[in-house]
Amino acid sequence: MSDLIRMTATEIAALVAGGETSAVEVTQAHLDRIAAVDDRVHAFLHVDTEGALAAARAVDERRAAGEELGPLAGVPVAVKDVLATRGVPTTVGSKILEGWRPPYDATIVQRLRDAGTVMLGKTNMDEFAMGSSTEYSAYGPTHNPWDLSRIPGGSGGGSAAALAAYEAPLAIGSDTGGSIRQPGAVTGTVGAKPTYGGTSRYGLVAFSSSLDTPGPCARTVLDAALLHQVIGGHDPRDSTSIPQPVPDVVAAAKLGATGDLTGVRLGIVSEFVGEGAEPGVMAAFRESVDALTKMGAEVVEVSCPTFAYALPAYYLIAPSECSSNLARFDGVRFGLRVGDDGNRSLEEVMSLTREAGFGPEVKRRIMIGTYALSSGYYDAYYGQAQKVRTLITRDFTAAFERVDALISPTTPSVAFPIGARTADPYQMYLADLYTIPTNLYGGPGISVPCGLSEGLPVGLQVMAPTMADDRMYRVAAALESAVGTLTPPTL
Amino acid sequence: MAAISREEVAHLARLSRLAVTEEELDTFAGQLDVILKAVAQVGEVAAADIPPTSHSVPLTNIFREDVVTPCLTPEEALSGAPDAEDQRFRVPRILTEDVAS
Repeated sequence: MSDLIRMTATEIAALVAGGETSAVEVTQAHLDRIAAVDDRVHAFLHVDTEGALAAARAVDERRAAGEELGPLAGVPVAVKDVLATRGVPTTVGSKILEGWRPPYDATIVQRLRDAGTVMLGKTNMDEFAMGSSTEYSAYGPTHNPWDLSRIPGGSGGGSAAALAAYEAPLAIGSDTGGSIRQPGAVTGTVGAKPTYGGTSRYGLVAFSSSLDTPGPCARTVLDAALLHQVIGGHDPRDSTSIPQPVPDVVAAAKLGATGDLTGVRLGIVSEFVGEGAEPGVMAAFRESVDALTKMGAEVVEVSCPTFAYALPAYYLIAPSECSSNLARFDGVRFGLRVGDDGNRSLEEVMSLTREAGFGPEVKRRIMIGTYALSSGYYDAYYGQAQKVRTLITRDFTAAFERVDALISPTTPSVAFPIGARTADPYQMYLADLYTIPTNLYGGPGISVPCGLSEGLPVGLQVMAPTMADDRMYRVAAALESAVGTLTPPTL
Repeated sequence: MAAISREEVAHLARLSRLAVTEEELDTFAGQLDVILKAVAQVGEVAAADIPPTSHSVPLTNIFREDVVTPCLTPEEALSGAPDAEDQRFRVPRILTEDVAS
């Protein structure tokens, strides 16, 4: 196995900048790795071999010309198929967009290109980012590199699996209810959900617009921070983008890596360390809390009583927004059109197109959203969920008056076997129990590997106040310095 | 008691423009019933006087300068369309014949 694929993004960038290797060599090593293992992992929906090598050559030419390169120049990155990539297929894991080649780049993709990173391809995901296992992809599931019979989390299972399988050192995900953090936890990788509005949604195929947050995935906290710095920051094309600079997450990760948390106050969310989590997950979490305490952190328990209602509130708000957002898939402007025989009406063609193009989970959520928004049910469902959202935000605000950051296990369980939860959609929803409150509040959250249970990775989640993304990186990097990175079995 | 009937699910599917099959209706009716009963828990929270939150970022009226910037060409904008004609999206008929006549 090539050493290059085992390196961190930081190490690769240093070698490229120093001329000890070339971006083309690094890219080819990762393309070779994808060719060797991805038939078993299925992290990628599309590998852009030519585009990647062209981008790598451009970096090498710029370096040869004496240009100053950015901190991630020449580093390969895998992009979740939820982001529009000019001329490169973008499916959102759905048949309704099969074959679509966007005429423009998402802002994040443009920033990745500008930074000299090399896009390897597009990663698998639950259809429209709705799911927790990547089993709802219309193109077949992704397999967890730790145990190929298990799920890699979702919706961004492809991005997380690509990292764990050493197919890419960096990846982009999107997190609406945990779709970056939960896959990170179950694959032993790092996944960060930035503050909502801290990363641009321009060119991100919308699922739930008030919650969708693109963010970085990596094998180390520092790599995630470097990627966060590259993709984050104000975008005038996204009217919900926060017009403030990204906090210095790279400096925070470096500070955390010193292993000193003196003066940092952490709160364990009482509601998330009860009976809900597996014993092995709790054991790894408790050991991590001891490690954080040894590094000087003051750890207390903090009760956030309305977090218990985050899951039901989320599964009203997100489907409501999705039922509205996905109305744009009407068989007119892009994607699939079914049944247009010259006799059928637009409405009939629309209904046949959506029936053929959407999978069962997307249909369920569209119908739940339609129900929750309909007159007569609006106040009891969508309206009430929005009020609960206010109370969850108040719980966070009150907690952050006492502590700098909140911690919990990222997920209640380790990676479950493929097929274990598809028959019971609500069981699938429970995988996001601990990650959802952060989305409703809008603050940042990160999952960092904290140990193993039954030989499978466990993640610890750090949640911080809005626009204090640097805090979570500091705590996560400190824990990483104590736990180390987790190495999956050889594929 | 069921939170939602098979007939109500059929109605939701029509509103959602989903031509679902009879078999799907059977499956979805049971699944949506489980989900709706679970999410109805939000009703347990006393929140009568609580204002709703639709969005976590309190930004309103985001303006930009009224200047022309580069945008997609008609060819690019139509490049993903299932059907196009004369620089327009071509759609199936919208009105039924008796209404049109």
